[in-house]
Amino acid sequence: MAVDQVQGGVAFKGAQDQAYLTRKPQTYLGMALASLRRDKLTLVAIGFVVVVALLALGAGAITGAIGVEPNATNPANQFQQPYLIPYIQWMLGMDPVTAPTMLYKSGGVPHWLGTDQLGRDQLARLLYGARVSLSIALVAAALSMVLGVGVGAMAGYFGGRIDDVIMWFIATLTTIPEIYLLIIVNSIFRPTPLTLTLFLGFLGWFGTARFMRGNVFKVRTLEYTNAARAVGASDFRIMLRHVIPNSLPIIVVITAVDVGALILTESILSFLGLGVQPPTPTWGNMLYRANDFVFLRDPVTKDFIGLHLLIWPGVMITLTVLSFYLIGDGLRDALDPMLKNKK
Amino acid sequence: MTRYIIRRLLQAIPTLIGISILSFILVNAAPGDPITMRTFGDPRMTEEAREILRRQLGLDQPAIVQYFAWMTGLSVRQGDQVAMMTTPGNTCGYIGAINVTVCDGGGGILRGDLGTSIDTKQPVWARIVERMPATLELGITSLLLSLFIGVPLGVLSAVYRGSLFDNLVRFFAVIFRAIPIFWMAPILILVFSVVLGWLPTGGRQTVSLTQEFNLGDRIRHIILPAAVLAFGGIAGFSRIMRTETLEVLHTDYIRTAQAKGLSPNNVWFVHAFRNALIPLMTVMGPAIVGVLGGAVVVETIFAWPGMGRLTVNAAFQQDYPVVLGAGMFFAVLTIIGYMLSDIFYAVVDPRVRFD
Repeated sequence: MAVDQVQGGVAFKGAQDQAYLTRKPQTYLGMALASLRRDKLTLVAIGFVVVVALLALGAGAITGAIGVEPNATNPANQFQQPYLIPYIQWMLGMDPVTAPTMLYKSGGVPHWLGTDQLGRDQLARLLYGARVSLSIALVAAALSMVLGVGVGAMAGYFGGRIDDVIMWFIATLTTIPEIYLLIIVNSIFRPTPLTLTLFLGFLGWFGTARFMRGNVFKVRTLEYTNAARAVGASDFRIMLRHVIPNSLPIIVVITAVDVGALILTESILSFLGLGVQPPTPTWGNMLYRANDFVFLRDPVTKDFIGLHLLIWPGVMITLTVLSFYLIGDGLRDALDPMLKNKK
Repeated sequence: MTRYIIRRLLQAIPTLIGISILSFILVNAAPGDPITMRTFGDPRMTEEAREILRRQLGLDQPAIVQYFAWMTGLSVRQGDQVAMMTTPGNTCGYIGAINVTVCDGGGGILRGDLGTSIDTKQPVWARIVERMPATLELGITSLLLSLFIGVPLGVLSAVYRGSLFDNLVRFFAVIFRAIPIFWMAPILILVFSVVLGWLPTGGRQTVSLTQEFNLGDRIRHIILPAAVLAFGGIAGFSRIMRTETLEVLHTDYIRTAQAKGLSPNNVWFVHAFRNALIPLMTVMGPAIVGVLGGAVVVETIFAWPGMGRLTVNAAFQQDYPVVLGAGMFFAVLTIIGYMLSDIFYAVVDPRVRFD
């Protein structure tokens, strides 16, 4: 692996005085990976995203094993508190009453993170919600990346009129705050998860396009582009072999940050009731009603009973979005060869 | 300077035209046939009568003519069609020289007529004007909050670079970028309103019969929503100010100031701070957009009677004229915001004008 070559430093194969000649070359990817390996925070963020993604993929198996379903309602068991803590107390012999009582109320099924206003299991909904939220964000980010790179490269490549029209289009659409644009579109066309993904993707590529256009202008004037042109490379070849690969690292970074931002945007829309419609769970629409339950107290004990519905989806959104932002920052450091030389 | 301002004003025109075209497309994409919506349940409407109404409304015309009519309130048709086009609500005239009939039905976007709300039958403009002060009050308060907190935090964190304070500021700047405001808001309501009981849970003022103005009451109501809305701005401004201050600290004139023997406070806060403030002007436009976007969520949670809440409610009731009118209004507001920040930038930094 390239990483080992970097860490191993100079490899002695031939005579001592020829050592510099036999030193294995450092590849770009190898350097990036080596830098990532030293960046603990980014590794934690990547680990978190991988775990969430695996949990989302295995949502069916996990909920099946526990015996809960995301949409199975149970009116007799609304607002059950998370089973986790009473279970630990039961197992430690501290409280032999609470946990069995909860099990009795839920019909023998443990609701590890409690139930919502309809008696649905929150853990199951969080896992299935992760599926919806993550896949919408990932697909929309991929879509906006492709559109942004394509349109931006086109604007920078053709210049002139085409560039003017594209920039005018982008300037127009970015004057309306994105969330309003999405509210307008979503109120006209009631969204499904698929159409919502498309809206988010089609309205999210402007930043990438602007960046790409700027980069095309920049790279076109560089010496190596001139050299490529001098040896007779076509514009198309220069685009494909020099301009786009040159921009790729930053595009990867932008896309990682985009995924985080899109999770936020999707959850805002779903929170407002204008995104993915219930009963399909997403982290955003799970918070949609939780907001009202802040005030809800048990009539006898006066304890707040809706807080677990507020806390868990919010924690998931925050940590996932934060992870994607941190991954973006980490990749920026790892992929930027200029920055590395400064260190 | 005047030339720069005029040039900047002219640059806004294509964007405004773009916004109007976009809105026109969306108006026509909205479900519901305008004829059916006007005549729903009217037994006298024959197919023939509908056809006449369609022609009177100009719906058989090319899109560009319809766009013109929607913008100006003037409908145009070839030939002498005065008799056919006259309705109780308009005045028509035939211009022989160019062989067209022109009808003035009043209204039109350019005259400030954004249509009529389907829900309340009020003009959209009236509904926007009614809600605008609340949104401006909230938006300006939170912008000021984020400036007065975020800017000093950023400068101090650059001056004491690498210290615990710097790391804390940067840590929170990252965290607050990721926390959804619709999650932070209920938590703050829970703590400050429900548990501690210090602040009201929502609204712009305490509901009473007289509804008289009470400054203390207003301030108590605005604290939570403005704070929630300001968190993002504080994080953003502190990050920008930190970067800019660090950049300025490495310039020649700072070294000169230090070499002259000025005190560190003088160097940092008089020389560095003032120059680091300049790039802040360029992010004011995006910051305004951010606040207006965040207002949708904050107003919904805190029952703040502003435009964001109006838009969300209208979207629920499928009151498209209001949703679109609000969107257009925000677009114009944003364009003005960007323009002012550019002009102000040119005032404080003369280099910009000669680009």
